[in-house]
Amino acid sequence: MADIRFSKDHEWVRRDGDLAVIGITDYAQSQLGDVVYVELPEIGRKVEQGGDAAVVESVKAASEVYAPVSGEVVAVNELLSGEPGRVNADAMGEGWFFKLKLSDPNQLAALMDEAAYKKFIEGLS
Amino acid sequence: MRYLPLTEVDRRAMLSTIGVPSVDSLFRDVPAAARLDGPVDLPRAMGELEVERALGRMAAKSVSAGSVPFFIGAGVYRHHVPASVDHLIQRGEFLTSYTPYQPEVAQGTLQMLFEFQTQVALITGMEVANASMYDGATSCAEAVMMANRLTRRKKAVLSGGLHPHYRGVTMTHARFLGFTLSAPRPAPVGGEDLMALVDGDTSCVVVQNPDFFGNVRDYSALADACHAKGALLVIVVTEAVSLGAVKPPGAMGADIVAAEGQSIGNALNFGGPHVGLFATRERFVRQMPGRLVGQTTDADNRRGWVLTLSTREQHIRREKATSNICTNSGLCALAFSIHLALLGEAGFTRLAAINHAKAVRLAQRIDGLRGVTVLTQNYFNEVTLRLAKPAAPVVERLAADGILGGVPVSRFYPSDGSVTDLLIVAATETNTDDDVEAFAVKLEEALR
Repeated sequence: MADIRFSKDHEWVRRDGDLAVIGITDYAQSQLGDVVYVELPEIGRKVEQGGDAAVVESVKAASEVYAPVSGEVVAVNELLSGEPGRVNADAMGEGWFFKLKLSDPNQLAALMDEAAYKKFIEGLS
Repeated sequence: MRYLPLTEVDRRAMLSTIGVPSVDSLFRDVPAAARLDGPVDLPRAMGELEVERALGRMAAKSVSAGSVPFFIGAGVYRHHVPASVDHLIQRGEFLTSYTPYQPEVAQGTLQMLFEFQTQVALITGMEVANASMYDGATSCAEAVMMANRLTRRKKAVLSGGLHPHYRGVTMTHARFLGFTLSAPRPAPVGGEDLMALVDGDTSCVVVQNPDFFGNVRDYSALADACHAKGALLVIVVTEAVSLGAVKPPGAMGADIVAAEGQSIGNALNFGGPHVGLFATRERFVRQMPGRLVGQTTDADNRRGWVLTLSTREQHIRREKATSNICTNSGLCALAFSIHLALLGEAGFTRLAAINHAKAVRLAQRIDGLRGVTVLTQNYFNEVTLRLAKPAAPVVERLAADGILGGVPVSRFYPSDGSVTDLLIVAATETNTDDDVEAFAVKLEEALR
């Protein structure tokens, strides 16, 4: 698996050249329950690290999805508009939310790696 | 018997616990000039019979709408409300029911709200309607805020034909939410170039149909022009009965409809409580404010109703809610729904036709009286007159003669000299030919 980084807000980010693919973690989807709606950012929007980027709504709650890194939105996963359940089925793969053109690739290094995130969520339960 | 919850002993114990000598000393921080220096001078206690007499004398000083020829409209309309409406809304299941959060105990209320939404969507020609707002003016402000969210723009253009109260409520929101409004002067005969005010930061254009001055227009071309600039068209309706005769906003390409529903099933109520109607396109539903009831099936596959898309609302998602209004005008909405259901489609259309016929009769009778010009050419049940004298004193004179003869525009624009001689008059199914005749005769006298 490619190098994936994790935020404390339960987003994952996978670097793909100068782009970053972003979604919510498997842990996040399991906590949310059945996802019924995803609001994606518009293409061209600039998002700051830690700022609102998307909304995910489940049968239990509606939550903001924060940008784990800064950048400009270059693509969104249109699949989720019609089939938001993909987030539950494959949060780390087909259930990705949006792609950013990174404005500061160094921000990635400061995020958690898989082992650190695993430890982080163990500490939450 | 004294209806006081505390005894002197309770009071002294509480004061000594918090360490103050008297109740009055708790108000020390209020400036002396703002404090009463003794008890309020109220009349002595009266028996029930005396109270009835005293209040009856006070009430007799008011002229009730139903007791005189009545031509007042300008946003609130006097229509006949069948006794059955009042009887049905007073059933305890409806009258005292609380917010239907729990579908298992609130199916009646939820079904009624679902039917209400269906009716609102049908008469406005829109795809989805909520379970009501406070009134038309708050609906209008909410429509602008919704357009701002949808377009991520922060400027709205309000027509000069929009009801001044709707404009005022929207301005109050604008001041505190940091969006700007561009609102031309009152436009009694139209001729506004609203598109000239639309720029790249304009979220929506707000027009009213029929407008404040009674003009009925087809806004289809304006809708196209707005959409070409990435802005939305909000159509406001203050006289909901007009929707039985006029092309619905949905068919004109409106993106949001904000309307007042008082005209159907509700009395004048001194200007409120009323019921705000709010309808939009299905693709915008996530940004729509207010309650929304959906139809579904229960575990046994039976039809049922629930609050749906509640994550837009304040009780789930406080700071990101689409609106801070977390309630609806349930009882007024119920009256609306019952009356509209009793009318049915044919009855509603006929009611609208009668209203228009009454207004035509009124306009034809008074147009051409010495000193009166009917300005409004295409109208539903309301027209604006230009009088040869300032309108406000004419209305006072008519009232002294026992006729409530319309609303002077100067009441809303006191410092605008160009509207001093304008009078807005409405006619509904409640006006008789005798009313019209009495009005024409007295109006002519007042202008002599």
